[in-house]
Amino acid sequence: MRLPLSWLRAYVDVPETATSEEISVALINLGFEVEEMRSLDAVTGPLVVGRVVEIEELKDFKKPIRYCQVDVGDGEDDDDVQTRGIICGASNFAEGDLIVAALPGAVLPGGFAISARKTYGKTSNGMICSASELGLGDDHSGILVLPSGEASPGDDAAPLLGLDDTVIDLEITPDRGYAMSVRGMARELAIAFETTLVDPAAVNVPGAEGEAHGVHIEDQRGCSRFVARRVTGLDPTSPTPWFIRRRLMLAGIRSISLAVDVTNYVMLETGQPMHAFDTSSVKGNLTVRRALPGEKLTTLDDVERALDPDDIVIADDTGPISLAGVMGGASTEVRPDSTDILLEAAVWDPASIGRAVRRHKLPSEASKRFERSVDPALAPAAAELAAKLLREHGEARIQPGRTDVGRPELPGPVMMEIDLPDRVAGVNYPRGVTARRLSQIGCNVEVTSTDAGRAAVIATPPTWRPDLTRQADLVEEVLRLEGYHTIPSVLPAAPAGRGLTPAQRRRRAVARTLADVGYVEVNPMNFVSPTTWDAFGLAADDVRRQTVKVLNPLEADRDELATTLLPGLLEALARNVSRGIRDVSLFNVAQVVLPRAQQVPVPEVGIDQRPTDAEIATLKAALPAQPVHVAVVLTGNRQRPGWWGKGEPATWADAVQAAHDVAAAAGVQLTVQAGSLLPWHPGRCAELRVGDFPVGHAGELHPKVVEALGLPKRTCAMELDLDLLPIQQHRPAPKVSPYPPVLLDVALVLDASVPVAEVTEALHAGGGDLLEDLQLFDVYSGEQVGEGKRSLAYSLRFRAPDRTLTVDEATAVKESAVAVVAERFGATLR
Amino acid sequence: MSGANDPYDPKEVAALAPETLQQAVDKAKAEFSAADSLDALAVVKPAHLGDKSPLMVARREIGALPPKARSEAGKRVNETQAAIKAVFDERRAQLEIERDERVLRDETVDVTLPWGRVPRGARHPVSTLSELIADVFVGMGYEVAEGPEVEAEWFNFDALNFLPDHPARTTSDTFYVAPADSGLVLRTHTSPVQIRSLLDRELPVYVVCPGRTFRTDEMDATHLPVFNQVEGLAVDKGITMAHLKGTLDHFARAMFGPESKTRFRPHFFPFTEPSAEVDVWFPEKKGGAGWVEWGGCGMVDPNVLRACGVDADVYSGFAFGMGIDRTLQFRNGIPDMRDMVEGDVRFTTAFGTEAE
Repeated sequence: MRLPLSWLRAYVDVPETATSEEISVALINLGFEVEEMRSLDAVTGPLVVGRVVEIEELKDFKKPIRYCQVDVGDGEDDDDVQTRGIICGASNFAEGDLIVAALPGAVLPGGFAISARKTYGKTSNGMICSASELGLGDDHSGILVLPSGEASPGDDAAPLLGLDDTVIDLEITPDRGYAMSVRGMARELAIAFETTLVDPAAVNVPGAEGEAHGVHIEDQRGCSRFVARRVTGLDPTSPTPWFIRRRLMLAGIRSISLAVDVTNYVMLETGQPMHAFDTSSVKGNLTVRRALPGEKLTTLDDVERALDPDDIVIADDTGPISLAGVMGGASTEVRPDSTDILLEAAVWDPASIGRAVRRHKLPSEASKRFERSVDPALAPAAAELAAKLLREHGEARIQPGRTDVGRPELPGPVMMEIDLPDRVAGVNYPRGVTARRLSQIGCNVEVTSTDAGRAAVIATPPTWRPDLTRQADLVEEVLRLEGYHTIPSVLPAAPAGRGLTPAQRRRRAVARTLADVGYVEVNPMNFVSPTTWDAFGLAADDVRRQTVKVLNPLEADRDELATTLLPGLLEALARNVSRGIRDVSLFNVAQVVLPRAQQVPVPEVGIDQRPTDAEIATLKAALPAQPVHVAVVLTGNRQRPGWWGKGEPATWADAVQAAHDVAAAAGVQLTVQAGSLLPWHPGRCAELRVGDFPVGHAGELHPKVVEALGLPKRTCAMELDLDLLPIQQHRPAPKVSPYPPVLLDVALVLDASVPVAEVTEALHAGGGDLLEDLQLFDVYSGEQVGEGKRSLAYSLRFRAPDRTLTVDEATAVKESAVAVVAERFGATLR
Repeated sequence: MSGANDPYDPKEVAALAPETLQQAVDKAKAEFSAADSLDALAVVKPAHLGDKSPLMVARREIGALPPKARSEAGKRVNETQAAIKAVFDERRAQLEIERDERVLRDETVDVTLPWGRVPRGARHPVSTLSELIADVFVGMGYEVAEGPEVEAEWFNFDALNFLPDHPARTTSDTFYVAPADSGLVLRTHTSPVQIRSLLDRELPVYVVCPGRTFRTDEMDATHLPVFNQVEGLAVDKGITMAHLKGTLDHFARAMFGPESKTRFRPHFFPFTEPSAEVDVWFPEKKGGAGWVEWGGCGMVDPNVLRACGVDADVYSGFAFGMGIDRTLQFRNGIPDMRDMVEGDVRFTTAFGTEAE
């Protein structure tokens, strides 16, 4: 919201010495974000009022250009009119109009220097200015035409334009409707500078004779008050007086006509949005109601809108003529020849207005105020102000009747212990602060005591503060006005905490480990396109296609929440490759979203008290499962080539290793067996298990998937569900034997189809506790071992916990280990 | 050198003559010095210290001397041998030093050869900063609370005192889960975790909640639809806004150095009353130290406490929230927020494995 400081100063005695910086700080400290404090004094040099004496239309150019003879008071006296020629590209003015001319030597905002110059084949001896060129507003649709009689040619334009003014641009929070006005902000400034205030809405509202117009409020919830006042005999040619136009312009509102300008002016000044109907276009009495299904309304902007049964409308005998609080209708719009005006000042339900604005995408100055709530006591005064302005500046006659219907709800008293603000702030405020501050914002304050004998206030908020309904609301006002900067900085004594949970520590350890072994963490977004599942080759009934979908995705085709981390990671991998990085190892630790097999509806749960345990449980059960997964993808070289020798390409084995690294960081032993799951290569997919429980997969991606996703050949990946790994706590210490080991090798020949993991397992089973460790150091297949066979060479380390093991003993154990492999898999010694 | 009653005639045994012995020493010295390696030294060693060396020959002559002359000659021979041995040892030590130096010199490599056989990994800066923030609060006695990203509207809005028609609830701000009446959203802040904490934990509650959040902002250099927040909540007897200020000042110093502090500006949030926006004094601000908008905070609204079954007459609390990505953006000068989610390894790798 923009307001010129001079308008505020008209009602509040801000000290002349207060700088705009001081005013800005005061407003910020009161909770009003100052977007901009813009001084208008950026114009220097000759800026004068001119009268356009003659217009010559130049036709030889692409756009209409005018060569104007302008009287800027160069003559000796009124009879000696001397003009100067000025080129102008705008055409919203006529001969005889008063304009503002910047003469050579003037500098306009933005450092725009004016000089006499040749242009369009003429000499232009200055510039005819628009409001935006003068820094007065956004309107650059044409030049600024001053009302006749406001000034004479040659007058210095600066005082007329009020260039010593400052425009304040404020952001008003949604709880402070009253602040969307000169009236509200003047009150805040009066508090900040401890000075006097005149209420612009304090006008004498005379008694009325009868109704201004028949109005029936059918929907009391939607409209709590409807005030109407009628003026007749308006001279529709009356211009809007300059002081109103100037203030509207600085507030960023375009001047339309006297009647419309006056309603906007009263809105800015008091905070009461108004509407002006052309009374002669209104057919019969007015009814305030919700729209009926199928009803339509053509609004002021000439758009026909289908109304929603939730929309509040004002209807006459013909149907809806106004979308209440949002935009008036075209059929009853004030026209250039309207002389009979019905002024509406109503109070609409904030929530209904908010919904209507969003539905019709029609935010307006009026709706911004109604959404925040409008002082329900204000309507008669606002209507009176508007009527008087029309009488004063448009020769209108105010009709004796006034319509005032509805039952506005006024804020009720709130009782609060007088030191509650102190206790909330942690400050000992001086005596009397609570009552004084609440009085300042307009509360009626009565000091009393509670039943327990403690000092208290009963504060009845003013009509413009419907937001003050609870003790906390009053507390905020006291703290805000005393200033948040007076609140000291004190650390609370939190109870001793328990630190991170084991799961949190584990998650960190896993991420740290992967980074330490060369993976780069990325956090891709988790919106997935269903085409990803096609690229993954997933069957129609694959669980990973069972996704939670976003109703309003940013990208229409990415409306699914990822059930696996691989799509995001592979996209990031491809992006890196496309940017010329060939060796890419990425990881991500994040939640995935897995719909429940049986979707539980979200229960209706109130907020007036703690939900029951059953309600909480149902709420949680209605959510999809969201376990934390960890995944890696890798391509290119795992070890780079260099002057030291060859590189090592990333393979399925690195992906499996990453799983083991994760498991080791989590303190868990993974077992691996051949798996088969897309998008992995059917022959190069490891199923990762903890005990007998599958927790994930690792290996090389299926060549078709690699092709479909445009990935480098032999891209590898691993993903496991971190939440499925059991939390390890109090791991038992091993018994470390100090006795020497016996080292023996063994080479076993057996079917190549037997997984190494099973052979290793068999050796362990046969070797028992004395087989301390084993390493597979060679795998050989070839003629020497026969077709379909392979040789596995292990080095075995035997050790006894309590004595020096003899070679004979160790050999015997080795033989029994080999015997188990022979028995299970038909292995022979090589 | 001669005894009183045993005139010694060295000429009788030429090999024992002092001149001869001196010559042996000189010769040994010369040949040992000439040896330019340990191997060459070993070759010449027998000629001077071996069984057939002149000295050994001389020693064997001692027996032939008259008893009186023997001890004197023996002493002389011993001294000579010691002298030659000393010369030898000295030369050997010197050659060993030279050999060791040469070995080291020969093993010299160009240590400026590039390394990097295994590419370096890295943590995402948002992750490490989240962890750093969590650590700061754990240090104050807080616990880290977490929750799901797909959340019930009740947790994300209702319990946080968002009225049914609050604009934040519209699809222009919030991602909703299909179908339209699912009652589920992608959490728009980590505040639902505060609600869960109040429902699930015993009072007093001091929790910090970092996590991923979602809003329907089109992605550009300064906006992300998916971003990260950290929120804090303290609900205890006698919690004041001064405690909130103290906590955020401490947090600011942990993030931005000992000079940092916070400034509160009155504001409005549905879930706190009084509410404030928080500016932080950032000494390294571009263009000079200054205030930077950091987040929001306030005293937990009584409606929120009531929805969680907390007796607002006995307990009070504060809450605050900051964007982690936003903090990182100005703290570390991130030029384009899209880098946060695009996963370019050059971005992440620059941050290493710890938040700094």
